[in-house]
Amino acid sequence: MRRVINSTLRSYSTKAASQSNASVQPEILKSLCVANRGEIVHRVCDTASKMGIDTTSFYTEPDGNLAFSRSANNNLNLGADTKGYLEMDKIVRLAKENGCDSIHPGYGFLSENSEFAKKVQDAGLIFVGPPAAAMEAMGSKSRSKEIMTDAGVSCVPGYHGENQDPKFLEAESEKMGFPVLIKAVLGGGGKGMRIVESKADFQKQLASAKSEAKSSFGDERVLVEKYIKRPRHVEVQVFADKFGNVVALGERDCSVQRRHQKVLEESPAPGLELYSADCRQKMYKQACDAARAVNYEGAGTVEFIFDRDSPNGQFYFMEMNTRLQVEHPVTEMVTGVDLVEWQLLIASGRPLPKTQEEIQADMDKLGVHAIEARIYCEDPFNQFMPSSGKIVHMQLPQVGNPRLDVTFEQGDTVSPLYDPMIGKLIVRGDSREEALKKLRLALNEYEIVGPTTNIEFIKRVLKHEGFRGNNPTDLDTGFIPRHGEVLFANEGTPSEVYVQAAIAQAFPKALSAPSILEAANAFSSVGTAGWSSMQTREVTFKNGKESVVVTLTQLPGTNPTEHTFAAKVGDKAIGNVTASHFNGKARFKFPTGQHVNTVVSNDSNLGNVNEVHVFHRGTHHKVELATPDWITAVNKRIGAGAAAGGSFNDPDALEVATPMPCRVVRVTVKPGDVVSKDDELLVIESMKMETTVRSAREQPTKVKRVAFVPGDLVKQGSVLIEYEE
Amino acid sequence: MLRINLRALSHVRQPLARPLGLSRSLHQHVSPKQTDFNVIQSKIDPLSADFAEKKKGFEVLANKLASIHEQVTDPAFIPEKIKTKHLAKNKILPRDRITALIDPGTSFVELSLLAGHEMYGKDKVPAGGIITGLGQVNGVTCMIVANDSTVKGGTYFPITVRKHLRAQEIAMQNKLPCLYLVDSGGANLPHQADVFPSHNHFGRIFFQQSRMSSAKVPQLSLVLGPCTAGGAYVPAMSDESIIVKGGGHIFLAGPPLVKAATGEIVSAEDLGGGEMHSSVSGVTDYLVESEQEGIERLRECVKNLNYPQNNGHVTYNQTPAPIEEPLYDPKELGGIVGDNLRISYDVREVIARIVDGSRFSEFKAKYGESLVCGFATIHNHKVGILANNGPLYSESSLKGAHFIQLCKQRDIPLVFLQNISGFMVGSEAERGGIAKNGAKLVNAVVGSGVERFTVVIGGSYGAGNYGMCGRAYDPRFLFTWPNSRTAVMGAEQLAQVMESVRSEKGHADALRERVEHESMAEFGSARLWDDGVIKPEDTRKYLALALEASRGGVRQKEDTDFGIWRM
Repeated sequence: MRRVINSTLRSYSTKAASQSNASVQPEILKSLCVANRGEIVHRVCDTASKMGIDTTSFYTEPDGNLAFSRSANNNLNLGADTKGYLEMDKIVRLAKENGCDSIHPGYGFLSENSEFAKKVQDAGLIFVGPPAAAMEAMGSKSRSKEIMTDAGVSCVPGYHGENQDPKFLEAESEKMGFPVLIKAVLGGGGKGMRIVESKADFQKQLASAKSEAKSSFGDERVLVEKYIKRPRHVEVQVFADKFGNVVALGERDCSVQRRHQKVLEESPAPGLELYSADCRQKMYKQACDAARAVNYEGAGTVEFIFDRDSPNGQFYFMEMNTRLQVEHPVTEMVTGVDLVEWQLLIASGRPLPKTQEEIQADMDKLGVHAIEARIYCEDPFNQFMPSSGKIVHMQLPQVGNPRLDVTFEQGDTVSPLYDPMIGKLIVRGDSREEALKKLRLALNEYEIVGPTTNIEFIKRVLKHEGFRGNNPTDLDTGFIPRHGEVLFANEGTPSEVYVQAAIAQAFPKALSAPSILEAANAFSSVGTAGWSSMQTREVTFKNGKESVVVTLTQLPGTNPTEHTFAAKVGDKAIGNVTASHFNGKARFKFPTGQHVNTVVSNDSNLGNVNEVHVFHRGTHHKVELATPDWITAVNKRIGAGAAAGGSFNDPDALEVATPMPCRVVRVTVKPGDVVSKDDELLVIESMKMETTVRSAREQPTKVKRVAFVPGDLVKQGSVLIEYEE
Repeated sequence: MLRINLRALSHVRQPLARPLGLSRSLHQHVSPKQTDFNVIQSKIDPLSADFAEKKKGFEVLANKLASIHEQVTDPAFIPEKIKTKHLAKNKILPRDRITALIDPGTSFVELSLLAGHEMYGKDKVPAGGIITGLGQVNGVTCMIVANDSTVKGGTYFPITVRKHLRAQEIAMQNKLPCLYLVDSGGANLPHQADVFPSHNHFGRIFFQQSRMSSAKVPQLSLVLGPCTAGGAYVPAMSDESIIVKGGGHIFLAGPPLVKAATGEIVSAEDLGGGEMHSSVSGVTDYLVESEQEGIERLRECVKNLNYPQNNGHVTYNQTPAPIEEPLYDPKELGGIVGDNLRISYDVREVIARIVDGSRFSEFKAKYGESLVCGFATIHNHKVGILANNGPLYSESSLKGAHFIQLCKQRDIPLVFLQNISGFMVGSEAERGGIAKNGAKLVNAVVGSGVERFTVVIGGSYGAGNYGMCGRAYDPRFLFTWPNSRTAVMGAEQLAQVMESVRSEKGHADALRERVEHESMAEFGSARLWDDGVIKPEDTRKYLALALEASRGGVRQKEDTDFGIWRM
């Protein structure tokens, strides 16, 4: 159960024949290789296989155990270097040697690299994507704006020129008025992007943007634009063929973003019709014009900034993505088109299978609202800090038969070397409201233990008043920061969850299927016998600075496969709780009702073995077992380190340890410096994301030692900065 | 081809029409459920008035015992001053130490909870000041012996010594690793004459330790408190010893006595503390800084015993199978036996509420009917059951002896359900050679070699006690029910006999009352005539645990020599 594609492949050959002038149709590709990693490899290979095209995939050695690395008919090793997916010459050579006639670049990596497209073509292979010239034109943000302006596409005011003098850029920004947006010229995916609220911040932010641009794209040039206060991110999916036909396949709203990375994407964009009846059509037309202006071919996305506050729904061209997008499934759901199929047809030299009218008619007939949630390994409740590690438990949702495009399976390790997106969950409904409700149910079933994910956070977004309903009242790209207080609020842990965690900790056998040997062992199966030989155990959890003590008194059992406890949380009596194993899960009978839940504890593969994860009533609760003083004392005596983990937020810690493997980008402090709360200490990078580490000390504290220099690779749990006592 | 086949077939004789009633008697297949004729058919009506009345009577006895047990085990009954002092020293209460020691979710079979009950006048010695029992530690069944320092500082009363020795005996017989949680002030000085010098007194503890060690029964000590004088030998004679820094002290004489004897002034810690013993004298092997750490260390030491774990393999050749509970509710036992030993009932009703699936394969059902013998399983352990359904006659004795021989030869452990007024008396019985035939039964019991378990479910009088494997006959475990009575004879008869011998009238009532009191379950249990009074409904559990403890792990089998003598 990796993924479900609901769109059916239609008989493109007859459709194509009816539209083509040529009497002889060009042949469909024979052997396609996918120069990418993860779910998109599955996605492309699935459609290619359905079309009878032989498939080849690439993988680097760190990815060698992920499912995609064995998903194609032919799977080629790019070697140990993690940058393997960027090695153009090697990829082209291997594709050629292995008899491929075409290369699909997926998204990210080389997908928008015109040099790569050229190399592919020079080698006599077909690049599944636009012509290199179109990529080049759209790749440079400043040049694309010029072309768009000429083509009559409306653009946001800004400076897109070559002058990179910081003073000059600052002056330009002042001209268009703050706030302004700094973007990497070759950027994408939010990298090298900064919002500057005031003139005072400009130079510092510029330096940071340039540094990130340099490390991400090897080019530090940036552009500056007017920043629209409450923009919505609305984009149009376009398709063009070699015969000059361009169509739009609806739009997508991707306004819910964090750090400029999309979290939720949906189609259609809600409420556009409320601005003006022809708002969408206007947008489609501009998008098609944009594609035409660069002689576009294949799949592309024209991104617009939609000004929420404009009365008529004003939108500006932002950029064009010359690739298949991560969020393409929502378009597939609302149009019934297999976008990869169209890409492969067009790359084969076939015309567009459908006209704009036919597409519109299909969309009207389907009348579907689709939404996609990107599942990232990151901790939204801790500044979206990237997370990595082994997936100890994973349950994919089944409810409502959602589409799942996923990269990782249970037991896989999410590496800090690559993107933190581990999968996508896509659902559809007859209305937006229905789609959201179905997404919520599916997310309740989506369980991942190991790396921290944003699943809980997405549930919060879905619950939020401003996002709900058919016409959300508060949808724009500022949604997450604006509602941080509600979205990131600590909602607390119910007592029932502590009881479950305590039982899982102290009586793990109660929750697993007893082996027949275990069941026959009288000591573990008769339960307590006697007049009052009851055993009482305490399990203590840490809840911030407080401790939560669960008291479990083992009661005489009635059934050898069940264990009954009189439970108390703190002083509060919970009553008798019966725990047993049920279909691979834990079943808890409370006096108030019963639950069949997943509980994960005592797993040495978890970054922190003290963690207990309880999935209770659709919420993933993580509680932490307290370490008794005597164990701390023993560890100290034997010189065992503190539990692996590390945190940037512990105000009491005299050591700043990294909770994730990372690379040091910049060190701001040096030994002897005195830092106060929130002062910048250093900048690290993990999972392609820069994080500024700030002091958590309540009192000014002197830095004793800085353990690393920029460029160092650091293991999880390593101490980065040491303070003086 | 076809033709050849046809020709071959022509040799087959045509079947004749079968004459009615003379067909060959082929075995007609029956499903295993159809042949389940061993299931005991209960005739008890739990809704009857008779049952209700018996149950009520029984519950009076049971409730009384429940309350005594609660006072012994519930920490709420530890005097506040003692408890506070104990906890203030970062010490864990004795029963909580055991909870921490054993595997979570497993049973702790605490033994002889009533030891010392009402034995020392106003001195209350709950559970005899020492906690003993069977517990599973890292999968291994162990005998746990824990001093209770909240009872008179953990000092040894005479009953404490006996309970300690009994625990060692159980460990020795059943080859169970023995874990000592030592926290004792040594001999209780006012009782020194009844504690110190005799055969089964204090010294015997160390004699036993040495014997156990030579029999390869592992012994581990965790020193949590003082081990003074003789007590010092408990850790010293263990295979491995752990000591808690600051808490545990081992010395032949404590600081006051040292000062009196030699004038040396020395602190307890310097004289016999953990640091000194672990680094200088070598008396202890592991130094720990807290009781919790000590308990974890002890668990680790058990792991390193390389001792077989409980694994449900009930016999060497049996594959484990799911366990079948009895068909009838064991909670009905109280209403079946009642509180009046004179009211008889069919003991099969008791068996039906103890054995797997209430299935009992009865041996010689029609012969010597007052002793019911047969095979059953308890938690998949095959057992041979001998249960009284009246006094022992010559025939029943012979039947029992025969049955025991079968079990001995087949290595099947024996379970005795005792409810016996004695061997039959009178001239007819004597002429029938009851003494000789009874002797055969006694001899068979003693020589049976297999593990024996006795539950006194009613009366245990006279030589019946012996024939039915009473305490003196070394059953591995002996448990009693609240309604049971143990005495040389019934109080009434005893009083009559005394009256006739002494021809004194006035004393009869007082004597009868005294004997009545002395035959009660709690009186005997206080004196370790048994290993504990249990609720009838728990009998199955206790027997299962006892069987696991005796036959699991390491086991020594006695060899048989004669063939079976049919009696």
